Amino acid sequence: MTIAEHNTNDTPGHHDGTHLTSEGAQEMDRRAFSGGVEVLREVGSVLRLSEAEAGADATDDAETTIINMGPQHPSTHGVLRLMLELDGETVLRTKPVIGYLHTGMEKTGETLTYLQGGTNVTRMDYAAPIFNELVFSLAAEKLLGLKLPPRAVWIRMLLCELNRLTSHFLFLATNGMDLGSSSMMIYGWREREEGLRILEMITGLRMNHNFVRVGGTAADLPDGWQERLSTYLESIPARLEEYEVLMTNQPIWRDRLQGVGTISTEEALALGATGPILRSTGYAWDLRREMPYLAYDEVDFDVIVGTYGDCFDRYAIRLNEIRESMKILWQCIENMPAGDYRMQDKKVTPPPRARIDESMEALIHHFKIFTEGFKVPEGEVYVAIESPRGELGCYLVSDGSAKPYRMHIRGPSFVNLQVLPHLMHGRLLADAVAIISSVDPIMGEVDR
Amino acid sequence: MSDPDPATEEPVAPDSAPEPEMLHGAPVTYSRDQRVAHPNREQLVPMVRTLRDEGWIMCLDVAGVDYLAHPRADVAEGIAPERFEVVVTLISHHLRERLRLRVQVPESDPVVPTLFEVHPGTEAMEREVFDLFGISFDGHPDLSRILMPEDWQGHPLRKDYAIGRIPVQFKDAPSR
Repeated sequence: MTIAEHNTNDTPGHHDGTHLTSEGAQEMDRRAFSGGVEVLREVGSVLRLSEAEAGADATDDAETTIINMGPQHPSTHGVLRLMLELDGETVLRTKPVIGYLHTGMEKTGETLTYLQGGTNVTRMDYAAPIFNELVFSLAAEKLLGLKLPPRAVWIRMLLCELNRLTSHFLFLATNGMDLGSSSMMIYGWREREEGLRILEMITGLRMNHNFVRVGGTAADLPDGWQERLSTYLESIPARLEEYEVLMTNQPIWRDRLQGVGTISTEEALALGATGPILRSTGYAWDLRREMPYLAYDEVDFDVIVGTYGDCFDRYAIRLNEIRESMKILWQCIENMPAGDYRMQDKKVTPPPRARIDESMEALIHHFKIFTEGFKVPEGEVYVAIESPRGELGCYLVSDGSAKPYRMHIRGPSFVNLQVLPHLMHGRLLADAVAIISSVDPIMGEVDR
Repeated sequence: MSDPDPATEEPVAPDSAPEPEMLHGAPVTYSRDQRVAHPNREQLVPMVRTLRDEGWIMCLDVAGVDYLAHPRADVAEGIAPERFEVVVTLISHHLRERLRLRVQVPESDPVVPTLFEVHPGTEAMEREVFDLFGISFDGHPDLSRILMPEDWQGHPLRKDYAIGRIPVQFKDAPSR
C-alpha cells in the first residue's frame, strides 16, 4: 500500500494492498510497511549511551568524539541538550537529552479542577498556549457530552489560527536567527508581537491566556475586534513578500536549507512525527482537514505539503501556513456567528456577572463552581487537534470527581524530537543548528 | 443544576446487550463513541503488528495510568482490572479513525513487551512511562529515565507518590 493511496483512496475496505491501482494488484509493499524499523536500524543514528558510559569512552583514543551541545546553547530553543557522536565534523549518532524543564505538569493536573486545569496546560507549549487549552477543554467536554454554541466554536477557531500565526512567526524569527539572519529575527518578533497584542486585547494576556475554558470561552470578543484584526491581517501579505526576498529567494538561505536534514514519509510515520515534519515529506495529513474538529469543515483553506522532506520544505510549509491561517481568519471575521460565547449549562459555566449582584442563588452557584468545581462523569477519552507542531493530544481519565484522575498530554514536540538523530545523521555539525531549528521543538511541551 | 445531562449517559450503556465485539482476539468497548480494545500483554505486540499491516500505520501515544485510587468499571468483560494500565493510541489515516488499546499491567510484575519493533517512535514514550510509572518494557533498546534525573528514586506519576506541599505561613496553620 503506497503513501499516495493512503491519501487519495477514500473508499474504505482496501487495506490488503490489492486492487489499489488501475494496473491491477501491486506486487510489492513499500519497505516501511513491511518493516520501518529495519530501515531505521540500518541508518543507526540514535545514540543510546548513558552519561557514565560516555565518560568512560572519553579516555580511549577512539576515532569518534562525543561532544555535548546545550542545554544552554543558544540555538537549542530552550534547554534541549544533545550528545553528538562526531567523526571529524560529521555527525554520526545523536542523543537528545531532555527533562531540564520537567515540572511535573501532568501530576499537577491531577490536583487541579477542570476549571483550574487550563492555567496548567496553557504553560506547556508556551508558543501556542491556546491549543493546549483547547485540547484540554475538548477532552473534558467530550467526557461531559457538551455541545457548544456556534459562536464559541468560531471564537476558538479564530484564536487558534491567530495563535498559529504568532507561533509560526516565532519559528521564522528563530529559524532566521539560527542561520545568521538577524534582520529576520527582528521582523519575525515584530509580527508576532503585533499578533500577541490582538490576543491580549481579546484574552487579557499576551501568553498563557486560560481563555478557552470547558463550556466555551472566558469572555466574548471585545468591541472593535474586526477592525483590529483586519488591520493586522492587511499588513501581513506585504511583509511575507519581504520574507520571500530576504530568505526564500536568497541563495545563501537556500544553500543552507535545501537538501539538509531530509526525512522520508516512511521514517516520519514510523517515528510518529506529525505536523510540518510529516507534511514536508509530501504526505498531506492535517487533522483540520482529515478529521475536522471545531468548524474547520466549514472554512476554506489548503493543506501545505513539501516534496523533499528537508529543512527548506519545513520552512516553506510554515511560511505558507501563515497565508492559510490568514484565509481562515478572514472567514472568521466574515462569518462569525452571533449568539453566546459559552454554553449556558449551569453545571459547568458560572452565572453572568450581573446576575451575581441581584441573586443569592447565582452567588452561591458562582462560589461553588469556583471552589468545588464541577463533577465530570467517569470515563476516559483521547482527543487530538492540529497544533502548529503536529498532533496535540489529550488523554483524560475521570473518576467522577471534579478533578481529572489522569491528564496526559501527547506533545507533538516530544515525539517529533525523535526524528532529530535521523535528520542529523551524516550531516555536518554546522547543519545541526539548522536542523534543530526546523524541527521547531518547544521545550515546555517536550518536558511538561 | 444537580441532574446530570442525559446525553452523556446514553452512549456508554448499550455495549452490554449484544455479544461482545472482538478485534484480533481482544474484546472491544466504546468510551464516548471512541473504540477501545483490551488486549492482554501477550496479545499486544502481535496485535499492533497486524493492525499496522492493516493500515493503522502510526502509533501516536503510549501513556500509563495508575488505577490505585480508582477501581473503575469500564474494563471489558473477561478482563481482570489491574493496578496499572498502558494505553496505546493508534491511528489509521485511511479510515480516519483512532483506536485505543488498554493493556492491564499487574503491580507485582509491571512489565510490558515493547512496541519498538513495530513502531520505533514509541521509544521516547515508553521511556516516559517507565520513568514516571515504573513499568518496564521488555526488549526496549534504551530503557532509562527520560524526564527525571538519572539517579531519581521513585516514580512520580504513581498515585502513592506524594505530591509534596509548601508550608503556609499563617500562625495557626500546621507547620509541615
